[in-house]
Amino acid sequence: MNADISLQLQQQVQRAFEEKLALRIVGGNSKAFYGCPVSAETLSVAEHRGVLNYEPTELVITVRAGTPLKEIETLLDDEGQMLPFEPPAFSEHATLGGIIACNLSGPRRAYAGAARDYLLGCKIINGKGEILTFGGEVMKNVAGYDVSRLMAGAMGSLGVLLEVSLKVLPKAETEATQLFHCSSAEAIDKMHSWSQTPLPVSATSFHDSMLRVRLSGAGKAVIAAVNHIGGDAMENADQYWQDLKEQRLEYFNTEKNLWRLSLASDVESVIVENTDEDDFLYEWGGALRWLKSDVPAEIIQAAVAELDGHASLFRPAGVFRDGEQSTIFQPLTPGLMRIHKNLKQAFDPNNILNPGKLYPEL
Amino acid sequence: MNMNDNNMQSGNKVSLLKELLKFLPEDAVLHQAEDLHPYECDGLSAYRHLPMIVVLPDTVDQVQSILRLCYERKVPVVARGAGTGLSGGALPLDNGVLLSLAKFKDIINIDAKRRIARVQPGVRNLAISQAVDQFGLYYAPDPSSQIACTIGGNVAENSGGVHCLKYGLTVHNIQQLKIITIEGELLTIGGSGLDSAGYDLLALMTGSEGMLGVIVEVTVKLLPRPESAQVLLAAFDDVVKAGEAVGNIIAAGIIPAGLEMMDKLAISAAEDFVHAGYPLDAEAILLCELDGTTEEVSEHVLKVREVLQNNGATEVRTAKDEAERLTFWKGRKAAFPAVGRLSPDYYCMDGTIPRKQLPRVLKTMADLSKEYDLPVANVFHAGDGNLHPLILYDANIEGELERTEEFGGKILELCVEVGGTITGEHGVGIEKINQMCVQFNSLELTQFHAVKAAFDPLGLLNPGKAVPTLHRCAEFGAMHVHKGELPFPELERF
Repeated sequence: MNADISLQLQQQVQRAFEEKLALRIVGGNSKAFYGCPVSAETLSVAEHRGVLNYEPTELVITVRAGTPLKEIETLLDDEGQMLPFEPPAFSEHATLGGIIACNLSGPRRAYAGAARDYLLGCKIINGKGEILTFGGEVMKNVAGYDVSRLMAGAMGSLGVLLEVSLKVLPKAETEATQLFHCSSAEAIDKMHSWSQTPLPVSATSFHDSMLRVRLSGAGKAVIAAVNHIGGDAMENADQYWQDLKEQRLEYFNTEKNLWRLSLASDVESVIVENTDEDDFLYEWGGALRWLKSDVPAEIIQAAVAELDGHASLFRPAGVFRDGEQSTIFQPLTPGLMRIHKNLKQAFDPNNILNPGKLYPEL
Repeated sequence: MNMNDNNMQSGNKVSLLKELLKFLPEDAVLHQAEDLHPYECDGLSAYRHLPMIVVLPDTVDQVQSILRLCYERKVPVVARGAGTGLSGGALPLDNGVLLSLAKFKDIINIDAKRRIARVQPGVRNLAISQAVDQFGLYYAPDPSSQIACTIGGNVAENSGGVHCLKYGLTVHNIQQLKIITIEGELLTIGGSGLDSAGYDLLALMTGSEGMLGVIVEVTVKLLPRPESAQVLLAAFDDVVKAGEAVGNIIAAGIIPAGLEMMDKLAISAAEDFVHAGYPLDAEAILLCELDGTTEEVSEHVLKVREVLQNNGATEVRTAKDEAERLTFWKGRKAAFPAVGRLSPDYYCMDGTIPRKQLPRVLKTMADLSKEYDLPVANVFHAGDGNLHPLILYDANIEGELERTEEFGGKILELCVEVGGTITGEHGVGIEKINQMCVQFNSLELTQFHAVKAAFDPLGLLNPGKAVPTLHRCAEFGAMHVHKGELPFPELERF
């Protein structure tokens, strides 16, 4: 099953570069809903798979980008380790390359960091068909620009990920989840009072008038923290956090657009017409809010911009209409867009890698 | 430089001065040789150049005007914070403007609830932690020069420290930057949330060594101060056993806040200097700091002690109180100046390796040490594989500096060979620019140059640093460069 098809992938990119043909990069095709659809020849990375290096005591794993997330998580789990950013899979076919390209992180993100924070290095094919390696397998590395992290969240528009090295961490010895019935304002207050103190909080969520907090760490530390914060013990908590991460909770069962809002954690409420409190689900101590809404993108993005945050259309309810492609992600300022276009040009001069996936200009 | 160039340059200087003085007060523009001398080098003092002009703006508007002017006139600009960098990143250019951000010293805003602080680039690293201490918070990255180095410089170098394994580098601990492009445009990168739209320019800017833009504001993330911290000191009769113990602590599921190793030469130097009570018969010692809640720390101290003993530690001590904890650390933190007392000069290296390669790297370094007839003391951020070998030499003995440089270069190349990197936290600057040719191939270097051009198409920001030209790499080997002793001898270097 494990195979190195990097040369084959390189040849396909080289040909596309020469012929100026666009490519749609696909791993497990588990996140096709995310970003603007690209209609182009497929560059399939899924067969480029296999774990290249994993030594638990080095806290580093290097894999080919097409390696399924599930396979990696099982391997780490056997050694009592984990990907600390708790990435969502959305399908059993999800690949690590796809996770990194989208920079997706789960409930632990606010307390442990995002996918990009654990990225140590990567090997890519740029838009000219050149295979390049940046970063490495060590924790500290400041040689050259941080091109690896630039790949996280670029959605394939700057390079095709071939290999990825990530820092991993030991799993917590114990976890417990406490439950509170409260209003959103009380939830915001509680989450912030916890974050001011060195409690071992590893996840928070609020929806349907319920605040949940997960504590992870050494046994005695978790018990002490539970006693400190109070609330009711939650049963089947592991399943709950899994369902939250994978968006299988009842909240996510909707006919409306699902928006992802990233903003300052203590924002009390985001005022968007025709929405009420039940349309929101809070994560990350308040810094991530999901919103179910059919209100036009411009209105949601303007409201969030007012709060110095950004909004992206995470799961569109239907197909895109003309003109909507440019509003999937929060519009950039002209200055930032100029830099983005220059960077795109620097990595992909013929504009062949996932063109338009992130922004129509890229 | 021929006569014509000289004339042209002095003509440029006069007219540039005239333009600068239109929007800057006289005392913010230095151009006489005696005023320029303090800026001729950074922490890598063997490299010296007088800049053409030094400017000391104190508003963002002024920075924008300076950059616009330099862009129009195609004058190179080197930004500088406190000048504590160890790789010559702030080395001025004789045809360029040195842009000092030293006057940007304000902490603009502390938001304890959001756990962030918005600060100007000239604010010292330690000053941030001191200012937010009243809220029970601190800024985690702690480079050894933290009493003097500025946050703008920390971002430019992606500074680390002794707590990186658990708390990350600068890139993990900032949320927003305001930068001025070479064209004079103000860009805000990042935002109030945990991520932002588009490419991760925050990561790209971090560690970019002043090559992409000038940082005029930094929003840092703050952490609650740990409730408790404890340190263990373990002695080993074999460096390899100490290295294995590090791996086994991590295998036990524990991420220490700090995990430091010193070899015999470093131990004896430190002990002579600060009398920390280190065991002098040991081949290596490990310092392992654990922090967190009181319960967590006490549980982990027991576990770590057991791991150390099982790995053949000849002695394990747990600091009995805060005073002893600080004493344990004192020797480690004084290791650089302590080693400095053994020899007229020393040269500090900064490579990172996969930890499992430690025995091989130490063995090869010992062999090289014999070959070059130069002693090496080793201090090592063992948790994250960051080596700081200190080569002892005497610059007054003819040829010894050159031998030291060659030896140092071989150590960096060895780091690359075993899968590591030529710089863990000090940056490339001018010092390691040749070794960049070893770590990266010409396609990768070309990609770096293209990244720079995306921000700075004329190549005016800190030209000649961090990324070598392909031409330079071709000539690498015939080069002869000088490296030297540290200024700021009063600073702890670890």
